[in-house]
Amino acid sequence: MKQYGGVIKPKTKRAKRFLDNRAPKLTENIKNAMIMKGGNTSMTVTQALKDIYALKKPSAVLYKKKNITRPFEDSTSLEFFSKKTDSSLFLFGSHNKKRPNNLIFGRLFDFHVLDMIELGIEKYKSLSDIKSSKCPEGTKPMLVFAGDAFDHENDHKRLKSLLTDFFRGPVVPSVRLAGLEHVLHFTALEGKIYMRSYRSLLKKSGCRTPRIELEEIGPSFDFILRRTHLASDDLYKTAHKQPKALKPKKKKNISHDTFGTKFGRLHMQKQDLAKLQTRKMKGLRKRRGPAAAAVVAGETSPKTTEVE
Amino acid sequence: MAACSIEDVLAKAEQDEAEKLKSITVQKELDLEFDIGNLVAYDKNRIDIRQFREQKKDDFLRSLARDNTQLLINEIWKHPTERVEEVIVVKLPEPTTALPREKPPPKPRPPTKWEEFAKLKGIQKKKKTNLVWDDVAKEWKRRWGYKRVNDGTKEWLIEVPETADPNEDQFAKRNKAKKEKVAKNELHRLRNIARAQKIKVPGVGLTPTAQQSTTDLIRAVNVAKVSTASAGKFQDRLPKEKAPRNTGKKRKFQPVIGNFSNEKQRQLDLLKVMDSKKPRLDVNKAVNKQMREDDREESAAKFRKGGKKGRKGGNFSGKGKGGSGKGKGGGSKGRAGGKGQGPPGGKKGAGKR
Repeated sequence: MKQYGGVIKPKTKRAKRFLDNRAPKLTENIKNAMIMKGGNTSMTVTQALKDIYALKKPSAVLYKKKNITRPFEDSTSLEFFSKKTDSSLFLFGSHNKKRPNNLIFGRLFDFHVLDMIELGIEKYKSLSDIKSSKCPEGTKPMLVFAGDAFDHENDHKRLKSLLTDFFRGPVVPSVRLAGLEHVLHFTALEGKIYMRSYRSLLKKSGCRTPRIELEEIGPSFDFILRRTHLASDDLYKTAHKQPKALKPKKKKNISHDTFGTKFGRLHMQKQDLAKLQTRKMKGLRKRRGPAAAAVVAGETSPKTTEVE
Repeated sequence: MAACSIEDVLAKAEQDEAEKLKSITVQKELDLEFDIGNLVAYDKNRIDIRQFREQKKDDFLRSLARDNTQLLINEIWKHPTERVEEVIVVKLPEPTTALPREKPPPKPRPPTKWEEFAKLKGIQKKKKTNLVWDDVAKEWKRRWGYKRVNDGTKEWLIEVPETADPNEDQFAKRNKAKKEKVAKNELHRLRNIARAQKIKVPGVGLTPTAQQSTTDLIRAVNVAKVSTASAGKFQDRLPKEKAPRNTGKKRKFQPVIGNFSNEKQRQLDLLKVMDSKKPRLDVNKAVNKQMREDDREESAAKFRKGGKKGRKGGNFSGKGKGGSGKGKGGGSKGRAGGKGQGPPGGKKGAGKR
């Protein structure tokens, strides 16, 4: 593969396109998620994984087989899978006596584990339990994070960033106004995190902005935060480094003041003020002939001196 | 009277406006933070735990969600919209939350040796057309690739040049030259990659391959020993390791002007050898050589015999009996074949039957 430093060249254009799609780029593709089961899973966990796969379709892969690994101890298996499917997000579900109904959300940078957060499911209602019409697959959801824990505690801050990464969908320049249907609401309260998924109905209000009515669809989870494995600060910083080419180019000689007025600067050469071209008033020009000159001089001399 | 009515009208208008806006305004202590590029809203207000416990959890969460979503929608509607193919679409700004990348940003490819040289000399790349007019075939053909214009290997007539051997195969010669060119190109490409990644490529024969013979390994060890700052002078040797032989110069030339007596002696010895009638024979070497030749001949003869008999026997039995021919054929081969293979072959045959 081209990943061997370009030693093996792709023989077809299709293969080349495939490898270029997976190569590091300036603006990246949408992150794929791999959803997998651990050595032992309960009904809740399998159903939960299926529901989250439905939310994350089509940029997710759901593995059917059980993988007997422990992400917190050994992440080589996860990294191998991520290389195979070019995924940088994962969701690992497992169930044992010590940690019942466990979900591990995680993300990778350069195919190495960056962050992993373990959440336990306390209460769960699946998509099929809630009878209502669902949103179409692939709608970009609106995310709302409520609760001051998401701002104050470090773990919750990382969890907020991870959940945004997981559920945000493709980054688009514009969105259809009528298509803003799906809302995912996360509330952090008393060490627990409540995730609810609603469908928003845009009702007529008097003015342009519609009134929102919510209807619960989708899975509802009551999570409890268990272990975390967060990336070190410098690895986190490296992961956030944006290439220089993406920075917007600053336009020189343009500035804005506090009122929002736009100012520009012009650079000019040095001018000889004596030879400055000003407006010419024909009547003020010196006439030929002595009589005319005398007449004109008498009238206009003060003015001419001023001009000079 | 009129003044009253105007005031009334104005008051009524204000009331109407307030009512309209009431449906979409939400009261919050702290304003929410928005990241419209990602369609995310962050609500930092403290949640009233008592209220949360009094009500049913779901209802409380739903009303909270409704309020927050209303604020988010209000914010989204503030952005400019446009009409794209009968659909009203809102233009989103760039996302503001910093999220980690998937892979590190791409590194620019380091220039190859040719690219560096071209930059140094100021050689510009000249863009060439992909298709070239071919007068012979009267059509446009590629400059390179499949069915190209000047494909040397595809010519049906090659004139043998005067200086060449008439029995030489010119077509094979051209094919071989092509293969060599391709191999050379591949080598240069890999060297460029190695240089780009700063991998040190060792000399010929020292790269680890799947099967390495003893000589290869010994050579690798010797080269590694010598590759020190003092050229291997102070390298320790294992207790039973022998000193490296056949290293260093393969031929030793005497200096041009040196030991005159030595040179004289050597020349005289040479003349003596050339003069003598008897051949110079190293008896040891000659005997060993003869023995090796005999061994080789014997083994070749055995192989030929064994192979011929086995083949004949196998065919015959296969025709005769038909079923499970392979097994029977193998068995008969074992039986009939060579003196050396007699007993084990027989055993083999029995086992198969």
